[in-house]
Amino acid sequence: MLSGKGGTGKTLVSVNLAAAAEASTYLDCDVEEPNGYLFFKPENIQEEEVHIRIPKVDGKLCSGCRKCVDFCRFNALAFIKNQLMVFEDICHSCGGCILLCPEKALAEKEKIIGKVQKGASEEVTVYTGILNTGEPSGIPIIKKLLDENKHETEKITFIDCPPGSACIVMESIKGADYCVLVAEPTLFGVHNLDMVYELVRLFKKPFGVVLNKCLGLDGENPSEKFCLEKGIQILGRIPFDHELGKLNSNAEIAVRKSEGYRTIFSSLLETVKREVQHEAASNSKR
Amino acid sequence: MKIAIPVDEKSLESNVCVSFGRAPCFLIYDTETKESVFLDNSAAANKGGAGIKAAQIIVDNEAGTLLTPRCGENAANVLKLAGIKIYKTRDISVKKNIDDLSSGRLSLLDEIHPGFHGRGGN
Repeated sequence: MLSGKGGTGKTLVSVNLAAAAEASTYLDCDVEEPNGYLFFKPENIQEEEVHIRIPKVDGKLCSGCRKCVDFCRFNALAFIKNQLMVFEDICHSCGGCILLCPEKALAEKEKIIGKVQKGASEEVTVYTGILNTGEPSGIPIIKKLLDENKHETEKITFIDCPPGSACIVMESIKGADYCVLVAEPTLFGVHNLDMVYELVRLFKKPFGVVLNKCLGLDGENPSEKFCLEKGIQILGRIPFDHELGKLNSNAEIAVRKSEGYRTIFSSLLETVKREVQHEAASNSKR
Repeated sequence: MKIAIPVDEKSLESNVCVSFGRAPCFLIYDTETKESVFLDNSAAANKGGAGIKAAQIIVDNEAGTLLTPRCGENAANVLKLAGIKIYKTRDISVKKNIDDLSSGRLSLLDEIHPGFHGRGGN
């Protein structure tokens, strides 16, 4: 599930689809502010820290050649008064400086940047990635989440992506068989939809759109117009509805509380499953 | 003494640049010889850590003093280690700030902002 900005309904759609699927896995990859767990309230939580490797300087070995300083595209290193400074919060953990150092003055040290949690909510296995505040990149956490779940082939995995279309989203959709784009019925919504539309096409992922916050039959929907113009498959429509808003803001899962919404999301789930199977079948023929 | 100032253009008539790390160029002004040298800021368009690299440029060009309207935390740490004093500019004119420094009208920059890391494109 992805969208060009926050607040369009990625979590609403992912949480409710996972709940409608009953036995399934939900991965919260929005590691900067994960919120799926607020709805699922998972139990029996197991937690694991996520580390990255950053450089550690041995001042006695450093000759001051500055190869590392010149190499680092993030400018995480500076050489001042015959002393190499490492800015740990700027480092993206690529390891290049360590490889390049001719004096072997740089070694790796581990730094904790966040954690992953695994718990259960009824039949849904809930994974949450949590990035510590101030860390530059959540990608190692997402890699860990996807790795934890890689042996799961029976049940459907619902990946709740971070907003936008940057590296962190690319990492989240890399292994996905199908992408669901969630869109709002505004011009701004079209702009955001276009961002993720370009991304999934670049990644050659099969995809469809869920139109959220739909304002009735005669309500204007620029995102719907965009889908029709581009020939994009519309998977379903979720109404702009007081009941749903109330359930959601009380951190309730609509599928588990309302018969009407169980029907809406179950039917959306069937549509998505059909699309995925259709894609899988047409891929195997190619 | 050499003074460094982030500037918008390579001229003594230029304005002081509002940003330190992202300034297009730096003026290195020698108060003894009255010589001016303009340097390109190779950090200006960098994805991140511009302040650190900009500070490295200032250090490498042996300036002892920096005049700037603002400075981020990481850059300030580099400059501090190098023993460079940071003064807050009072005026938009480069010339006026050099005069103000020599007549003791500039005060040390005491507000160091925490930086804009990661904002404006991940």
